[in-house]
Order: sequence, then structure tokens, then C-alpha cells
Amino acid sequence: MSSITPRRAAIGIALILLITLPAWVGNPYYINISSQILLFAVFALALNVLVGYAGLVSLGHAGLFATAGYAGALMLQAGYGHFAADGVAILVALLAAAVFGVLALRSTGIGFLMITLALGQIVWGVAYRWASLTNGDNGVNVTTRPRPFGLSLANADSFYYATLLIFLAAVASMAVFIRSPFGASLCGTRDQARRMNALGYNVWLTRFLAFLFSGFWSGIAGLLFIYYTNFISPQVASLQTSAEVLLMVISGGTATLLGPIAGAAIVVIMKNVVSAYVERWNLVLGVIFVAIITFMPEGLVPGSVRLWRMGWRAFRDRGRANVLRNVSEPPS
Amino acid sequence: MSALKVDALSKSFGGLRVTADVSLTVEPGERRLIIGPNGAGKTTLFNLITGELAPDSGSILLFDRDITQLPSRRRAHFGMARTYQIITLFPRDTIVRNVCLALLGLSPLRWNPVAAFDRQHRLFERARAALARVGLSHIADRPLSQTSYGEQRRVEIAMALAQNPKVLLLDEPFAGLSIDERREVNQLLFAIPRDVTVVMIEHNMDVALEFADRITLLGTRAEVVADPRTREVYLGA
Repeated sequence: MSSITPRRAAIGIALILLITLPAWVGNPYYINISSQILLFAVFALALNVLVGYAGLVSLGHAGLFATAGYAGALMLQAGYGHFAADGVAILVALLAAAVFGVLALRSTGIGFLMITLALGQIVWGVAYRWASLTNGDNGVNVTTRPRPFGLSLANADSFYYATLLIFLAAVASMAVFIRSPFGASLCGTRDQARRMNALGYNVWLTRFLAFLFSGFWSGIAGLLFIYYTNFISPQVASLQTSAEVLLMVISGGTATLLGPIAGAAIVVIMKNVVSAYVERWNLVLGVIFVAIITFMPEGLVPGSVRLWRMGWRAFRDRGRANVLRNVSEPPS
Repeated sequence: MSALKVDALSKSFGGLRVTADVSLTVEPGERRLIIGPNGAGKTTLFNLITGELAPDSGSILLFDRDITQLPSRRRAHFGMARTYQIITLFPRDTIVRNVCLALLGLSPLRWNPVAAFDRQHRLFERARAALARVGLSHIADRPLSQTSYGEQRRVEIAMALAQNPKVLLLDEPFAGLSIDERREVNQLLFAIPRDVTVVMIEHNMDVALEFADRITLLGTRAEVVADPRTREVYLGA
């Protein structure tokens, strides 16, 4: 049971790298970028529950992300403590996910995508237009970060560790979820909904519960976001945010754990780091996506695994061919 | 008490009346064969019985319980299982996992989001037992996508049998099979215990007639049914 497999070794090394990251990165700017990658990775993992495992492509998840963010920010602005604000924000996110789910799950495929898109746009519209509540385009400031167990999260290092902890919790919950009987049921509804129904599964409820799970982690990511930027504006609820997180999932590889994380890293690094050097960073991002779709249509992570295996097999077979050649050559 | 009673069932798609006033009664343990020309509404009748389609009128009784309004998934819990004419399986999973999904469908475990599916040993044992019944134990761990058409047909049957149905609906279980494969499927159908009622749609008369106790001919018109040539074509008499 406790033997060291390559997989476990890789997980161990990744964990050590993540835990020691502030030490070897040093520069607070890049530590903050790392926090941003992790929080968007949580968001992408949440969306992947639907896109990857339920086969339901949502283009309105920014709505859930922003709903939680706004709920938290407005509660804080109204003078409530972080505990109450965060709790309410998560409840509001779940409620929003329930509404999204009830409406969007009337359909699948393109229909589902269009309904989620419309719902996301409604959230954006409310954030933008209902100025007396949301302060419109000026957004809402979040002045403080929570102090769990009296620990300050004000500096880059401490906020990174808090984000890392939540990120690891998200990854663990996803890993457990997809290996569970419920996860298997969800994948079944993706692959053969009709059969699942005939086998006795409640396809709709299975998808709805998955939507809530996705909404929960989207809400957590939204809260991390407002604490990270100390600010939320309608831009967060925009279609661009929904599209970006969907790109993270698809480019990294749907229905994998690592894919959305890798996708989040690419998009965040492009937006923040490359944009400092290349003015037209959107173009670079576009070229990268085109390259991924061309050479690894299944996404970066599964694609890399496939190319690695192909390369390894070619290398191994060449070795065998050499051996055979040596054997078949007559001794001189 | 009859196992399955269909009474004056009708279903139209637009102006096309596919199922027109169909009634049939199947006794417990009976083997009923449903035949009829293409487009006679055989598969539609199955879809109505299993609840995948809602009838326009008429009623369906399963062991005297009116299930006409019952959702499809609930009918599975009341002991109804079916196979599909067009193979409807989970190609990404292994054969044994396919059968496990069938078992999981009737178990409350299907809602469990924290247990490990692959460690549900009892579930997997039962799935392997179901595969043994159809002679597929040796390839239980093979991905479904790497199996032959004939093997997939038997996985279809294994999934239905695994659910321990009271009424089993087989939609052309011999479709597309070679003579050898047909013989194997035939044997496994004959091995189904008599406490299972079987309703089967099939075109292969040589195997189907041997299996059936009674036959229902779904025809578009009564005169087709009454015509002696129909009898000759189907029964060779």
C-alpha cells in the first residue's frame, strides 16, 4: 500500500515545490501571481466538474464566481465580519447555482451552453446596472482580509499559503468525487444518458447535484478572488471571465485533475507576465491555444502524456530494432 | 396476475400512428416473441413499456401495478430491464465497470460521493458473476472499446440480467451476430430462469421461434396479419 510509485513521487515533489514556492520565488509579485494561478485553478476545477465529467459546457460560470464575490464584498461593506460574509457568500453561490441548474438543465449541449451564457449575462447586467446595490461600474472595495486563527493574510506569503490550502482541499475533494460511485454515475450520464435512465438513475438530479458541487467551488474561488484583489467590479462577471475559465479547462484537458490547473497557469501567466513584455499578449495566448488545439486536441495534459508515450515507445522500439540488427548481423 | 399487461396503447409521431391500439398480456415466466415488419412499431412499443416514450393513450401494468405514468428510471426499480437494438454501452469503461454501473443503478450507493467506486468489492463480485453467466469472465477487465460486436451484445444482456429483473425486454439480441455467436446467445437466453419473464423482439426466426412460448405479431393492418402468406413467411408453415 505505501510503496513509492512514480505517481506518488510526482505528487510528493509537486507538493514540496508548492509548499516551498515563496522561498524559491522570492519576489512578492510572482508569489501573488502564484496565488492567482491557484485561485483560478480552483475555479477551473469547479467548471471541469460540469465540462469534463458531466459533459455540460457552461459559459456562465463567471456569474456564480461573481455572485459569491459580490455577496461577500457587500456583506463586508455592510459591516459584517468575515465569517458571516463568507458563509453567506457560499450560500448565495449555492443558491445561484441551484437557479442556474434548474433553468439550464432543461437542456444539454448547445441549449445548455446558451442558457448558462444568458444567465451569466444577467448577473453581469445586475452588477453593472443595479448601481444602488452594486455601485455599478465603480465596483466594491474589500478593505480587509480575514484573519483565520489570528493569522494575518495581509502579505503575499501568508495569502499564498491560505490559497494553497484551499486549492489542495479543492483538488482532494475533486479526486475523491470523481472516484466515487456518484462520480461514476455522473460520467455515465455524460456518456449514455438514455441508458443511465433505463438503468434506474435519476439523470437530472445527478446533473443538478454536480452543478451544485461546481457552484460551491466556483463560489469559493470567487471569495478568494475578492480577497486577492480587494475589489470586485462587473468586469468579473463578464462573458470574458466565463470564456477564460472555459479555455483553461479545455486547453489544459477536460475530465482530468491536472488539466484545469495547467490551463489556469497558462492563462494567468499570459495575462500577467507575458503582457508586461508583449503588448499584444492576447495574440500570443491565441497562438498558444491554436497550437494546443492543433497538436493536442484533447488538451495539454492528456496530449503531453500521449506524446510522451509515443516518444518513449519510438525510443524503446529503436533500441529493440538495434538489438535485432545486432543479432541478425553475421559475426565478422 | 399477469407480469405485463399492455392495454389499448397508442402513440403517434405527428401524423404517423406508430402504435395503434396495441394490447397484450404476458404471463409470469412466459417467453413472448414480438415480430412484425420494419416500421411496425416494435421498438416504439418497447420504449413505451419502459417509459422512454409517453403514450398518447392506453395503460401499462407491471404485475397489476399501473406504471403508465411512472418515470422510466422508477420502472427499473420495479423490476424492468431492457437491452437496446443499437448497442448503448459505456465505451470508455471496462466491461466489468459497465456491468457495475447497471448494478449501481439500483443501489443507494449511486449517490455516494466519498466512497471509492473501485473498492466496492461486493458490487464488482456481482458484476463478475453476471459476466460469468454470459461467458465473458475472461475479458471482464478489458476496455469495452476493445471488444467485438458480439461480445458487446452479450455485455448488453449481462447488464440487464445483473439487475435481476422480473421482466426482461430484449430488443433484437441476435442482431448482427454470426452463427456461432447466435448459438452462444441462444444458450444464455435459455439459461435465464423461469422466474424472469422475457419479451423479445427478433427477426431471426430459427432461434426466436425455438425460444418463444407465444408470439405477438405487430402489423400495420389486420389484413396483413390475417393473410396466410404472413404465416408462411414467418412460420414457414
